[in-house]
Amino acid sequence: MIRINNLTKDYGATRALDGVSFSVNRGEILGLLGPNGAGKTTTMRIVTGYLTPTAGSVEVQDMDVADNPLEVKRLIGYLPEFAPLYADMVVHDYLQYVAAVRRIEPGRRGGRIRAMTELCGLGDVIHRPFRELSRGYKQRVGLAHAMLSDPDILILDEPTSGLDPNQIVEIRSIIKEAGREKTVIFSTHILSEVETTCDRIVIINRGRVAADGTADVVKARALSGTAVRLALLDAPLDDVQRHLMAVHGVNSVVRVLDAPLPVAGALLVEVSCSGQNLRELYAAIKARDWVVVGLNSEGHSLEDTFRELTGAAGDGAAAGADGKAGEESA
Amino acid sequence: MSSAFFRVVWRELRAAFGSPVAYIVTVIFLTVTGWFFFTPFFLNGRADLREFFRLLPMTLGLVVPAVTMRVFAEEFSTGSYEVLTTLPMTRFDVLLGKFTGSLLFILLMLVPTLAYPIIVATLGDLDPGPVVGGYLGTILLAALYCSVGLFASALTKNQIVAFIIGLALCAFLVLIDKVLFFIPPSLTGVLQYLGADYHFGNVAKGVIDSRDVVYFLSATFVGLYATNLVVERRI
Repeated sequence: MIRINNLTKDYGATRALDGVSFSVNRGEILGLLGPNGAGKTTTMRIVTGYLTPTAGSVEVQDMDVADNPLEVKRLIGYLPEFAPLYADMVVHDYLQYVAAVRRIEPGRRGGRIRAMTELCGLGDVIHRPFRELSRGYKQRVGLAHAMLSDPDILILDEPTSGLDPNQIVEIRSIIKEAGREKTVIFSTHILSEVETTCDRIVIINRGRVAADGTADVVKARALSGTAVRLALLDAPLDDVQRHLMAVHGVNSVVRVLDAPLPVAGALLVEVSCSGQNLRELYAAIKARDWVVVGLNSEGHSLEDTFRELTGAAGDGAAAGADGKAGEESA
Repeated sequence: MSSAFFRVVWRELRAAFGSPVAYIVTVIFLTVTGWFFFTPFFLNGRADLREFFRLLPMTLGLVVPAVTMRVFAEEFSTGSYEVLTTLPMTRFDVLLGKFTGSLLFILLMLVPTLAYPIIVATLGDLDPGPVVGGYLGTILLAALYCSVGLFASALTKNQIVAFIIGLALCAFLVLIDKVLFFIPPSLTGVLQYLGADYHFGNVAKGVIDSRDVVYFLSATFVGLYATNLVVERRI
């Protein structure tokens, strides 16, 4: 159980976090989302005790991180971004070293290391120096390092970044498996990953929590409206727009040109309408003698939600994150 | 001392012996000290180690920064310091472990020089007092240089820069009492007291004065304290 209260962190004059609060329950997998520079890594670093917050506090199992750093560090397995482990050490020796620092009894160390080797698929690289490993193996050694002492809490900073699709699936299944009894916080750019892996989502933007809840709740909260696609015959665009815009609750009526038409010569429009006014919209369509050849409502994806919550200002940072997210999930 | 402390010491020693820099530095150190010691040895015709200990503050001042330059700079440049501090160990485990590991490495490097007193003792009548004092002083001096070297290493991510800063600081400690005649007489007492070479010279004569021991211990402490401050500021 982790409780984050009103966390604020300043780096010089820049405010990286501005009153971030959320909590994670035992056995929950929490996905931390946000564009680059939003404050995900800073939040994780404060929870793990690497950074001290300018204001606010973090409680891990009712212990304040600032007051009991050692006890909290014993409870947390942490994988920083890019898994910066000792490059000169052989993987097995490194895991031995971590086992000793984490005070695993000498008799149990071998067993734990074998278990992690198997879980993370390190059999082929266990006797090789860390620096010689590929990106994917480095990430897996990092996961083994974080889970070695079987900690109650796992904090993983972008555990799947830079991996190929097969490796992403493997790591995701390890996280999901671990999340059955552990509390997991992980950050990512890949939105589909959050939907498939996480119990809950927190979206951080510009140092503030922009949304907090399950994937469905977050989506519903972000987008109040529904998009309805209409394909019509014998309907001039200006006529359609005039009539539909008059309906209460309709925000926009836009012609769609880049989608395939169900019938040649049809007019395809997208009507953005609030969820409560769909009946009025239908009545308005029925009242005209247009031939309706297609009608479907578009569900919103998490990508849309993310864009709406974080890209509203249209700044470079958010656009960059969007680009990366789209490219990785593609 | 916690078990984490010993793990850090062990890891530092392994890292030092695992890198070629350590072996190169050791070879250079032993060659240079051996050459400078034995070349005038038979000309002087005295059975003592005075020449060896006279040059030691300079040679160690060159060697220790080369050994310690990696210690913090590498952690900061690879980001592994983040992993280290989020493992269940305190900052003092890390700092003192790294200090002890570096010091142990330097002392192991000095072990082969024990051959000199043994050889000299077979050649003539060696007075053991200055030799024991000299080696005790060497331990104190190595500790001071290690704390200075760690401080230099903590200042930067670049190992070369760390080496040069460490070298400059060690050279300052050695040379400060050599330039006293350029300095107003009212300051000479203070500056002489700051010089590591001066105190080392006293101990190496076989006179173990508490003032010299206090100097080395307090200067080492100041170095470690400054290192701790720098490390704290970096994250």
